[in-house]
Amino acid sequence: MTNELRGKSAIVGTGHAGFGEAHGLTAYDVMAQSALAALSDAGLKLSDVDGLFCTMMEDSMPALMAAEYLGIQPRFIDGTMLGGSSFVNYLTSATMALEAGLCDVALIVYGSNQRTASGKLVTASRPPAYEAPYNPRYPISAYAMAAARHMHEYGTTREQLADVAVSARAWAQHNPEAFERGPLTREDVLGARMVGDPLTVRDCCLVTDGGGAIVLVRADRAKDFPKAPVYVLGSAAESSHRQISQMKDFTVTAARESGKRAFAAAGVSHDDIQAVELYDAFTINTILFLEDLGFCAKGEGGAFVEGGRIAPGGVLPVNTNGGGLSCVHPGMYGIFTVIEATRQIRGDAPGIQLNNIDLALAHGNGGVLSSQVTAILGSQATL
Amino acid sequence: MPDATGPDQIYDCALASKEILLPKCDDCGAYHFFPRVLCPHCHGTSISWMRASGKGRVHTTTVVRRKPERGGDYNVCMVELEEGVRMMSRVDGIAPGDVAIDMAVTAFVDDAEGTPIVLFRPAEV
Ligand SMILES: [Zn+2]
Repeated sequence: MTNELRGKSAIVGTGHAGFGEAHGLTAYDVMAQSALAALSDAGLKLSDVDGLFCTMMEDSMPALMAAEYLGIQPRFIDGTMLGGSSFVNYLTSATMALEAGLCDVALIVYGSNQRTASGKLVTASRPPAYEAPYNPRYPISAYAMAAARHMHEYGTTREQLADVAVSARAWAQHNPEAFERGPLTREDVLGARMVGDPLTVRDCCLVTDGGGAIVLVRADRAKDFPKAPVYVLGSAAESSHRQISQMKDFTVTAARESGKRAFAAAGVSHDDIQAVELYDAFTINTILFLEDLGFCAKGEGGAFVEGGRIAPGGVLPVNTNGGGLSCVHPGMYGIFTVIEATRQIRGDAPGIQLNNIDLALAHGNGGVLSSQVTAILGSQATL
Repeated sequence: MPDATGPDQIYDCALASKEILLPKCDDCGAYHFFPRVLCPHCHGTSISWMRASGKGRVHTTTVVRRKPERGGDYNVCMVELEEGVRMMSRVDGIAPGDVAIDMAVTAFVDDAEGTPIVLFRPAEV
């Protein structure tokens, strides 16, 4: 996104459904319930939607399936599949489509029943031919190797990784929507079952059901809706690879570029950001993204997250809903970074509501650290 | 099988005779892996196949934890070859947790499970 698109679209509704376990429901059921919740939040109806932005983890044409299920006939669809970052990426295409008059009401939506359907991460993608013979466990082996390299190069410790999970849980404990709200200590994380060295099961995101949805309109009519509009001030993407074996530097993600451009488009600096919502599929993600987005220098992410510095009452509020580690992780988490950032700015966050939030950052990750998309959202006051 | 023509076929055919061939760009001189019809560095399309030295270093590594009754833990790692390309592989001959970053390793072609694959063992000192 460039400066010309700054503040041109606004989020006027968010919704979610099926958090935790959505017994008896399909992924599309959860998707539809999420859509209804977001439209209700915006005071709109499904029949108002003429732009659909959707991908799912089942089927080769999920956006068409979703439109069919919802009983709508969109005049603009973006079904780009970048993994979990897709839903942050849709903020860019939705803003462009709205601004160009290609649609008037944009619905970004996702749903999954992966927990009750299979109990593990489901993926529609084939294992890459030159990796499959070695039986890596996707996606954890990829993230484990990134963590191992970060530890090797920068002295990052398992204790620091664990502190990311402990902080996420501390936020989740205040969020009635979060799936895991029990106590969690550093020792619990370190002593949990090792899944892919150096990551234990507590370094890994949850496997839950759930869906989310976001409704966007052009900024010029954003004040005509029940909730305070949240503006898309900047969004930017960059992708660096698809297969983990093609990642050039295992300690640096394309978030460096996406972040730089999102900040430039929004015209704000790091000190202005009051809440940071990152796609934390694994504890190493939070460390990598805080570094690559510029909240700390490369290699200093471990120290940055240590000892509650990103927990409630710390120096920077990160993943204020509990994140994918403790709140919800239905296969792809990206949409929930935008939803939580929006709710913090509106003042109706489900857990800890931070005081007077005008600017928040949402960051999506897709594939195996492959696709990075950063968005900066702001209140009316930031326009 | 007719003569190998596609990049994957050329790689697989060589592997079947226990030879590791790597694609190298005639234009910029850089190697790449996985095999393709163009050079991902300069986008040239003139590619030659070179015999790999087999020497490499572990760039990063993990242990996939698996229950003993299902075969036990095993190593998955990224090896950086002397030619400058990386491939996913496994270091055999030592415990999976003993595979260490920067460890010097040597490639070999294993066909124990029917399909030949490139594996590594710790390099002789
Ligand atoms: Zn070249």
